[in-house]
Amino acid sequence: MQMDGFKKKLQMQDEAQRRRWIFYKAELRRLELKVSYYPGCSLHATGKEYDQSMKAVSRALGIELKEVDDWSCCGASSAHNTNFDLSVALPARNLIAAQKDAMDVMVPCAACFNRFKTADHYIKTDKELKKRVENAVGAKYQGGISIRNPIDVIYNEIGIDTLASKVVNPLAGLKPVSYYGCLLLRPPEVCQFEDYENPFMLDKMMASIGADVKNWSYKTDCCGGSLAISKTKIVVDMCDKLMSGAREAGANCVVTACPLCMANLDMRPSRNLKLPIFYFTELISLALNLPGAKETFKSHIFDPQPLLRRVNLI
Amino acid sequence: MQTFLEEVNEKINGVPIQRCYHCRKCTAGCPATPYMEYNPNRVIKMIQNGQREEVLNSSTIWLCMSCETCITRCPNEVDIARMMDVLRQMAIESGIGAREKNVLKFHEAFLSGIKMGGRINEPMMMVQYKLKSGDLFSDVTLAPGMFLKGKLALISPRTKDLKSVKAIFEKTRHS
Repeated sequence: MQMDGFKKKLQMQDEAQRRRWIFYKAELRRLELKVSYYPGCSLHATGKEYDQSMKAVSRALGIELKEVDDWSCCGASSAHNTNFDLSVALPARNLIAAQKDAMDVMVPCAACFNRFKTADHYIKTDKELKKRVENAVGAKYQGGISIRNPIDVIYNEIGIDTLASKVVNPLAGLKPVSYYGCLLLRPPEVCQFEDYENPFMLDKMMASIGADVKNWSYKTDCCGGSLAISKTKIVVDMCDKLMSGAREAGANCVVTACPLCMANLDMRPSRNLKLPIFYFTELISLALNLPGAKETFKSHIFDPQPLLRRVNLI
Repeated sequence: MQTFLEEVNEKINGVPIQRCYHCRKCTAGCPATPYMEYNPNRVIKMIQNGQREEVLNSSTIWLCMSCETCITRCPNEVDIARMMDVLRQMAIESGIGAREKNVLKFHEAFLSGIKMGGRINEPMMMVQYKLKSGDLFSDVTLAPGMFLKGKLALISPRTKDLKSVKAIFEKTRHS
């Protein structure tokens, strides 16, 4: 009898130990979360707030970033609008550079993310194209690393529970609508991001840091970014439609993960419809009270500070 | 002699566009439809009819913003966004050029920016676009604000191995 009790106790200890081990392993993996980082051109210029807040958030959440060696522009919409091979070869050059580090590559800019995914998709499905691209870049394309957006890394690797546990400054009073735009989601078989008509990761993430997220029907509508400079009138129309939609939903700001949407929605809507617009990493920074969190708001074209002061967040 | 339809299909290298049964889901979802000369599904019909000049010379193909809503919702998986890319490239290569001149000029300024520095320097790219398009005064009121907020970095880091970037442009020129 005593022996049985002893065995049981041992088993229980084993079980506890096993669980602890799994927990440690998961923690260890979380601690070791290391990715290649491709900032892209926007994040060093008009989207610098995204780069700054992305780095702060990564540090706080234990995501180690290693910038892709000597990266070059992905070609964005201008390459695929005019020359197909070029539009695959330019991102391929960066993917090949990232492959040397054998880590997943994290691409915060939605436009770069889309071009990387598209290039990877075409290279994998078209052998002739692969040869042409390898010839143009002058190196072999191995594949094998995943192209990931920070929304996906934070949601799936860190988890919103962990994120919520680190919040010191809940974003009460902030009522964002989450705006995904086109480039993270479409085409779905290429991007393989999440529900492409009604995505939710950004919504849940914002709710986990205390924001009162509003639901709206324009989550995945286009803001016209690629024609912002050459056909401005059309783009103003499109941005106004989005802003009216956000206002109708009762939002007092918009949150995005795309520097093109950001620049567009920050500058183009008509004056009477404008709402403050944030990168999701800026809001995480603010909620976690990370160093420099309040600095990035100063460089928005449409100043979000009056709103943040009104709801006592800064 | 290859028909226009065969030529487009060969370049798309995917689902043949004649699979379209004109449900108009693409047209209904397209954010640019109100500004287009022909609706996206109409373009498919015109390609089938062999209306090469009209299609390549239309503003429609240059107003497509590649939001890819059409291909996402097409029940027959016709890649209309890719078709628009193909048509734009054909318009450039056949010498017809772009009906929406400034759209192409923007793309040219952007690509020459990559060729120059490997990465885009936004102020330089905008200056180039303005010189190319002659549209000197639009958006100039935005510039001082952006400059003061540090969003216009006149000098930004370039790609060190510029040769490899230039080689990509060189080798993909006749694709």
